[in-house]
Amino acid sequence: MSKKPGWREIPIGTVLTEAGSSVKLKTGSWRAYRPIIDHTKCVRCLMCWLFCPDFSVKISEKEGKVERVDIDYDYCKGCGICAEVCPTKAIRMEPEVSG
Amino acid sequence: MAKVIGLTGDEAVAYAVKQCDVDVIAAYPITPQTVMVERLSDYVADGEIDAEFVPVESEHSALSVCVGASLTGARVFTATCSQGLALMHEILYIASALRCPIVMAIANRALSAPINIHCDHSDTLGSRDSGWIQIYTENVQEVYDSIIEAFRISEDKRVLLPTMVCLDGFILSHCMERVETLEDAEVKGFLLPKPEYPYPIDPERPMTYGPVALPDFYFEFKRQQEEAMKNARSVIREVNDAFAKLSGRKYDVIRADFIEDSDVVIMCMGSAVGTMRHAVRELRKEGLKVGLIKVRVYRPFPEEELRKALEDKKVVIAMDRACSPGAMGGPLYEDVCSLLYDAEPKPKVANVVYGLGGRDLTPSDAKGICKYALEILKTGIVKERIKFVGVRE
Repeated sequence: MSKKPGWREIPIGTVLTEAGSSVKLKTGSWRAYRPIIDHTKCVRCLMCWLFCPDFSVKISEKEGKVERVDIDYDYCKGCGICAEVCPTKAIRMEPEVSG
Repeated sequence: MAKVIGLTGDEAVAYAVKQCDVDVIAAYPITPQTVMVERLSDYVADGEIDAEFVPVESEHSALSVCVGASLTGARVFTATCSQGLALMHEILYIASALRCPIVMAIANRALSAPINIHCDHSDTLGSRDSGWIQIYTENVQEVYDSIIEAFRISEDKRVLLPTMVCLDGFILSHCMERVETLEDAEVKGFLLPKPEYPYPIDPERPMTYGPVALPDFYFEFKRQQEEAMKNARSVIREVNDAFAKLSGRKYDVIRADFIEDSDVVIMCMGSAVGTMRHAVRELRKEGLKVGLIKVRVYRPFPEEELRKALEDKKVVIAMDRACSPGAMGGPLYEDVCSLLYDAEPKPKVANVVYGLGGRDLTPSDAKGICKYALEILKTGIVKERIKFVGVRE
């Protein structure tokens, strides 16, 4: 990681001069449990997409219909709400294993 | 030509703010600041200033509105005191960290309980660490002049910090005095065209204001605030000089009277300075030599000027119109002790706490404080670190 700027190099007043910069903060590294979707059970009802507090459920569409639902692991913090609300129990939470 | 008007402290604030051509005022009335808000809402309603007046539901909202308005690059004013300032407390830190050059007048008033509407400095001294510049005034002329100076100081790009202009509740806020005013055009010429805030809110250039800054960035923003306070020291000097050229009235961060030939110096802030000066003059007629230092700018603390003024003094009395139960003494006392820790030779320093909840500081109290200082000079002993003047035993 590059060196962080010193106090003289940062804009004053806590201002972030670039809009939309939160995209750069990959919160996926905070995750202790990883949601895994079993696509054989998923009925694409989008309850997980509706309840996800971090917009981390990605939808792939084809001809106006939902083809597939995936988790965006760059931002998913592993809260497990998707697994909780899934009516077909298609999402399971597995511990993240490092190394 | 300067027009001379009879104004109370509150009216002088409102009149100065009108001449400073502010863009946004958001304030909630509270005794003894109320007249400022009444006059300003009159000015706006009568079209005498082209400003947005936001009648908010609380002081917390008042300062929050001011922060938002200030971030657009507008010139912003508010006023409060006591419980109102306490309710603003969390936003005080936000205003200074977001570098909003807001000017706020405070008609100093004691904090509850017991509920009290009269003067002491416990409200603003309790906010001394919030990152605001603090100016304490002695009379109504100084109130008027300090409001104008405050906008010029706060809005300078080297500073960009908010300023509190403090006037003693009732003693100054409701006391009518002769005030020499400036012409509107003179005030306009003295101020910056607009605040030099570098990132005014602009829908065409979206930015984020006040985001989260965790352990990896928070510290750097606080360091920037320290630097701004350091810059404020020199900017305040420049502004005082420029104001003297314009008005003929020269202010400084401190004012020292009779200190050249005095071994003993009394330090105080606000309207008590006038009473103490009277006492010091009277005692000189009796051959008793006591010096007086008024601390006008309390934050940033006038370290350099005070160090010079207190050089070689033998006794220093710091007077606090506030108490800090459980502390070594009042806020001014503690600052003066820190200042003098490195002094050689080191003077004896004692604390006087006086005037809480609007208790009068009488001329005889004032003389008594001077004599107390002379007693310490004679004996070399400070018997009680905090002396409470005016309380019933």
